[in-house]
Amino acid sequence: MVDIRQTREALIKAVLEGEGKASPADRRAAFDNAGLVEPLKSLIDKVVKQAHKITDADFAASRASGFSENQIFEIVVCGAIGQAARQHDAALAALDAATKKE
Amino acid sequence: MRLAILDHGHALGTKALFTIIRAISRQRIPEVVKLVMYRPEFFGTHMKVLTHEAMRGPSAWSVGDRELMAAFVSKANQCEFCIKAHTAVSAEVYRDGAKVAAALSDLETADVDAALRAILRMLDKLTREHTLNVEDMRALLTAGVSREQIEDALAVCFAFNTMNRLADAFQFFVPDPKTFEAGAKFLLMRGYR
Repeated sequence: MVDIRQTREALIKAVLEGEGKASPADRRAAFDNAGLVEPLKSLIDKVVKQAHKITDADFAASRASGFSENQIFEIVVCGAIGQAARQHDAALAALDAATKKE
Repeated sequence: MRLAILDHGHALGTKALFTIIRAISRQRIPEVVKLVMYRPEFFGTHMKVLTHEAMRGPSAWSVGDRELMAAFVSKANQCEFCIKAHTAVSAEVYRDGAKVAAALSDLETADVDAALRAILRMLDKLTREHTLNVEDMRALLTAGVSREQIEDALAVCFAFNTMNRLADAFQFFVPDPKTFEAGAKFLLMRGYR
């Protein structure tokens, strides 16, 4: 079977703790989709729940608030990986529960 | 692309490589390549390794099955670029575009293996509803899908739940069908690394 555990961990560590322009706190908040303030809050909420509805205006609002392109790049990547990881973890937990010996 | 750095901000060596690829292929650089090659130590290097393992690593699922799973997850996320890209790869490897189209159009009536149908149903629910419960997993196991097969499918799902969001957030350019067909051949030959 395939094994992505170590790479998934390395990926998450790189985006949360690796060298970057966004603060570790903003990256973590984007990953968790919790604790961000506007306009990043709305942008990341869309990344998490309806990325296909993101518009140029969502990015423009973050730029207008003083965030650089590199900061927005990092924060969006963290938001996307955070949601994918939560779904992955929820499914693995359900699988563990279903295969647990009585 | 919504961020100019993803179009023009790459390291000099990467820019030179892009110039050579453009000259040889006479095609624009796919935006997914621009994304994973931008500051690769932050995201792209790990993401490429992870996606290659999920899509081409050892698994009871065939490459065509996993590409169909990628297209299916992308459809649930309404990500046009990824739907078209992975529909093309799946159709190429199965050598059956009608089968892929039928599965994406109506899974319940499509001519696909029962285990694959059950796993695609699960991936669709997880992607749309963002969670699953123990009953969903019991149903899969009862249908004869192994724990290893479920974990392998969830690895595909993790990769595409990430990439779908980034493709749409950064607004990947969606090329014509012939470009996706050429991209499919490349992904079958080289994988995702």
